[in-house]
Amino acid sequence: MRSVPSTVAIRCRALTKRYGTHLAVAGIDLEIPSGECFGLLGPNGAGKTTTVEMLEGLTPADSGEIELFGARWGAGRDDELKERFGVQLQDNQLADKLLVEEVFTLFRSFYRKGKSASELLALLDLESVRRRQYAQLSGGQKQRVAIGCALAGDPDLLFLDEPTTGLDPRARQELWEVVRRFRAAGGTVLITTHYMEEAAALCDRVAIMDRGRIIALGTPRALVDSLGLVQFVEFESPEAVNAAALEQLSCLQSVERRGEHYRLRIDRSLGSLATVLQELDRQRVTPVGLSAQQATLDDVFLQLTGRALDGENPAAGAELRS
Amino acid sequence: MIDRADAAGALRSPAEARPHPLWELTKARLREFGREKGTIFWVFGFPLLMAMALGLAFRSTPPERPRVAVVLPPALAADSPAARALRGLLDSPQLQTEQLSREQAQRDLARAKVDLLVEWDGDRPVYRFDPMQQRSALARALAADVQERALGRQDRLAIAEAPVSEHGARYIDFLLPGLIGMNLMSSSMWGIGYALVLARKRRLLRRFAVTPMKRSHFLLSYFLSRSFFLLLEMVVLLVFGRLVFGVEVRGSHALVLGVGFLGAASFAGLGLVIGARVENTEAASGWMNFVQLPMWLLSGTFFSYERFPEWLQGPARLLPLTALNDGLRGAFNDAGSLWDLRRSVAILAAWCGLTFVTSGRMFRWY
Repeated sequence: MRSVPSTVAIRCRALTKRYGTHLAVAGIDLEIPSGECFGLLGPNGAGKTTTVEMLEGLTPADSGEIELFGARWGAGRDDELKERFGVQLQDNQLADKLLVEEVFTLFRSFYRKGKSASELLALLDLESVRRRQYAQLSGGQKQRVAIGCALAGDPDLLFLDEPTTGLDPRARQELWEVVRRFRAAGGTVLITTHYMEEAAALCDRVAIMDRGRIIALGTPRALVDSLGLVQFVEFESPEAVNAAALEQLSCLQSVERRGEHYRLRIDRSLGSLATVLQELDRQRVTPVGLSAQQATLDDVFLQLTGRALDGENPAAGAELRS
Repeated sequence: MIDRADAAGALRSPAEARPHPLWELTKARLREFGREKGTIFWVFGFPLLMAMALGLAFRSTPPERPRVAVVLPPALAADSPAARALRGLLDSPQLQTEQLSREQAQRDLARAKVDLLVEWDGDRPVYRFDPMQQRSALARALAADVQERALGRQDRLAIAEAPVSEHGARYIDFLLPGLIGMNLMSSSMWGIGYALVLARKRRLLRRFAVTPMKRSHFLLSYFLSRSFFLLLEMVVLLVFGRLVFGVEVRGSHALVLGVGFLGAASFAGLGLVIGARVENTEAASGWMNFVQLPMWLLSGTFFSYERFPEWLQGPARLLPLTALNDGLRGAFNDAGSLWDLRRSVAILAAWCGLTFVTSGRMFRWY
């Protein structure tokens, strides 16, 4: 095989995977250049994990093509390919009784080149718990150990599958910092998440997945702008708001109400904001917790699918829009 | 990044050269096992306690002397033969005699507190006993012998007695090799099978599968760490048996270890078959017990399987634990050579081959 240096880290075409009658991945095309942080965003069950595990070579694809750094799986050079990327799997538990530094030394031993346990401990800010058993770590620390294992072979490419799910905001920030440092050093990242703010904070480009397909792809900014020039005004009001009067305003696009909570979708300009506030003032409404917000990737997903992105409970989303 | 990595590489001391994955995997297994306090107890402490308890409960003691209740006759001429026979009975060291009222003696006989009741009909002794009871029959024979001798009967045949007390024939000598066998069975099967299923359940196998780790290294590390603990398990039980009960290996130690190793390997193979696919630990426990149950019952750990009906003994002999127990006992108690143990060795080797090939075909990493 020739080994032409490739500037494309991941390329896949028409990737599909079926579990029984369920089409988990329904034809995915991706091209991720080296050095990019690419996010797969979507609700649970969208096919993100299946896609990533096919790329990692863990799950055989039913059809389609995969190339990592220009090389395909099963071409007799799988081990060389595995030297080049690191993986953090969803729901992965390491050996309970091993110390953090022992886990790192173990993973380091699998790779030809890589980072020593002490380098990894420093990189992930785990030096204070280096002699602690894995089982006794906090959720955030365990997740950092998982990423440390992924970095043990000093990879060019990092696969992160929902790395911050279940972590508190502080632990999430710390993890983002590790990813940013890896990127700053020229690494490529493919991250899946169902947190839109995570995708917006980390990713150069984002693909929004739903039901096994990519339904939108672009930079977070471009995706948000695809909604048009909108912003949202949110507040709570114990007194009833005259929605009909609000809807007379030309700058107002829609009103959502859930109990005392209101969410107004309006044109993105200072003028339209002022108009809406004047109308509320005219109605003698005293809004509590008033805020004006940019549209987010959540709104993009809502726009595209009619469902909320973090819709663990779809009924809640439906009520919000009624 | 490249520069930084190179600088770090240049600074790295030779001591931080890449550790060998097989060694690291083996160390990890040893540590995981060694740091599990529960496992240590069940693998090392429990068999010792069992050997202790059973060894003490069934230790060899002289048979209890038959108990004889004597109901004294109302009156006997002091020098009459009946009186001499009575004195002979009461003075005999071979019997435990006690003088009781007739009512008490009959009650005790009915409750089997005594084995024989001796009373008098005039100057004729009457023996009351249950002829179906072995000890009563023995008591009757001894009492008659004692009374005859008291009246001066001489032995016509000069019998020479040579009491035998041979090590290797006690219950503990039988039990200890069986306990070693059973211990190797459970620790090898759980140590390999359960650990694999746990690793699969925790998605650790998948995690390893996306690294360049050699899969042969991974499986080999399980065998290396098991072998280490196997050695420890056997030595602990051997030393314990030697110190506490004086159980001696009459054959070669190397043969005992060799047979133990082969047995452990065939159980590791069974563990591999169970661990090849099962994804949850409950199912793994079920399979383990299902496979071990016939061997607990039939493999003659606690008593010889030769007491089972003929048709059951054939299949029982083919079980790996039976072969291991037979092999260990052959080396322990009969000072058997490798050739003497060929049958056990062949059965164990066949189990190894069968389970390794099967598990190799079935094994799922994810």
